[in-house]
Amino acid sequence: MAAIEQLTQDFLRTKKLPHIWCPGCGNGIVTAAMVRAFKRAGFEQRDIVIVSGIGCSSRAAGYLNFNTLHTTHGRALSFATGLKMARPELHVFVIMGDGDCSAIGGNHFIHTARRNIDLNAVIVNNHIYGMTGGQHSPLTPSGKKATTAPLGTLERSFDLLELARGAGATFGARGTAAQPRQLEQLMVRGAKHKGFSVIEALSPCPISYGRRNKLGGPVEMLLDIKNKSVPVERASEMSSEELEGKNVTGLIYAYDAPEFSEEYYRMIEQFKDK
Amino acid sequence: MMAFEVINGSQAAAIAVQRAGIDLVAAYPITPQTVIVETLADFAAKGELGGEFVSLESEYSALSFCNGASAAGARVFTATASHGLAYMHEMIHWCSGARFPIVMANVNRAIGAPWCLDPDQGDSLSQRDTGWLQIYCSGAQEVFDTILQAFALSEELLLPCMVVFDGFYISHTYEAVDIPEIQDVGKFIGPPSFGAQVIPGEPGNLHGMASAENQQRLVRSRHEAMLRAPALYEEINGRYERLFGRKYGAIDAVMPPGARTAILTAGATAETVRWCLPDLEQTGLIQLRMFRPFPAKQLCAVLETYDIEKVLVVDRNCSIGAGGIFAQELKSALYGLARPPAVHDLILAGGVDLTGALIKNALSKMPLENRSTELWGVE
Repeated sequence: MAAIEQLTQDFLRTKKLPHIWCPGCGNGIVTAAMVRAFKRAGFEQRDIVIVSGIGCSSRAAGYLNFNTLHTTHGRALSFATGLKMARPELHVFVIMGDGDCSAIGGNHFIHTARRNIDLNAVIVNNHIYGMTGGQHSPLTPSGKKATTAPLGTLERSFDLLELARGAGATFGARGTAAQPRQLEQLMVRGAKHKGFSVIEALSPCPISYGRRNKLGGPVEMLLDIKNKSVPVERASEMSSEELEGKNVTGLIYAYDAPEFSEEYYRMIEQFKDK
Repeated sequence: MMAFEVINGSQAAAIAVQRAGIDLVAAYPITPQTVIVETLADFAAKGELGGEFVSLESEYSALSFCNGASAAGARVFTATASHGLAYMHEMIHWCSGARFPIVMANVNRAIGAPWCLDPDQGDSLSQRDTGWLQIYCSGAQEVFDTILQAFALSEELLLPCMVVFDGFYISHTYEAVDIPEIQDVGKFIGPPSFGAQVIPGEPGNLHGMASAENQQRLVRSRHEAMLRAPALYEEINGRYERLFGRKYGAIDAVMPPGARTAILTAGATAETVRWCLPDLEQTGLIQLRMFRPFPAKQLCAVLETYDIEKVLVVDRNCSIGAGGIFAQELKSALYGLARPPAVHDLILAGGVDLTGALIKNALSKMPLENRSTELWGVE
């Protein structure tokens, strides 16, 4: 059996396939990268839990054959925090979209970063609320159109990784659906990092975002994502003018800091006889 | 001038908001409501909204935004559904306590877990004790008319009003809707005159700490304002009818001659029952439109006038541990009546569709000797 078929059989609920994502959507690429990353990280199926929020990408929880929790809009990280505190030995992966994570769930996102709890957040950033049909999110680039911004959004968008860094996240990486091998490698590193790791996966949404903004079909959108991505090593030699409109990819930051669940159990140990 | 347009219930809601001379719309997407705010966004982009359109980062923020705007005296609107409404819960109480006359459309959808998109009414009914007026609609025309009337009712009573209709069956179903021109709507509802609570040059602290006694006075004043709603609603509908030829009541009854059984329901299911009436024997319809305040007097009057023996309540909801909510409220309203009818309940919780077959089956399972039967749409 080919490796890919073995992976599919081991880690996907094949009865739930084919998936419901639109033609040209990047969610499948990101989900596949995740599955390969689990394998490469050497994790056992029984030790992995997937928590997802609400949105197109969160449907992945239905296809991934692990203990999966499909939770509420914006609260996936809070569910995951509870789970990790109860069973700190498990590898907990949280799948969110840009609207889910950075708008309605923004509060939970910054506090999860602040605690530096060992969760792995994968944020599929397609710049739009796709499931409800294309409303602008906090990660829609300024000026881009959406059904709730027919003339283009006025608001500035977040740099999600900088937001996470400012709030205390200890691992931040950006990959793209156009470069799935790199994305997979970043996921492996994030999974092995102790602390809150944030992986932003830039992904095309040809139907709800691309059409409205005349960005072409799936191939053109993937090429555009690829052409706009600049590896972090190269970016360090470029001026801010040169980086305008580009997306810096790769491992943006990683450092060690006390991890919340470990610190918590250490405190229990310290005070249990007092 | 009026013009018929073939539109869905969501578009009807949005057009009514535009016609009402809205100052501010707060938006956040959620299925099956999203079309309402998208239609309003289109109006804004074309310069036809006549007010401002802002999309926020959550439903909670959307309603908080409405509170601020209403404090400044603006006519404001937002729309939501299901989990969005549940998420707003704290602000829903706050709007009422602060006496902000906000109008909100809620498109019924089941609440999780698990995720479900069908039109269970549990979302809006969970908000029944928050001090909001609630009116349920059975079609797109009714949605259009009710939104306009809701602004008039809400601003007169200084109580927020929720206009409720079923997801998909109404929100996404197209029908011919008679839409008055904006200048004619202006004859029905002028610019907001309820007064701002925030007035530049008149500093004051809004909604600070109250004693229990003062809190009770405020609760009572809201309660008494709400009890004025059915009579005021009738008056508003009289004005509306003179201008546009349509009127609605807190309840609307259709009683064929000789009817001794009534089916009581709210929302899209009322339209289903209306269509089925010719096939049913000696059975009428009581469409419950106003749910808060609960029109107990009007209901009892209809039941007594027609000497109704049995009521079948169709509840697309269930208060777990107590049963269908409309049935409970009806039973409570019947207290003290000399000859109360038997109340049977067909529960369609989960958003189960009402069919003619389900109605007939339920009617066949209500023997006269039983005072109360609980029936479920799914065996």
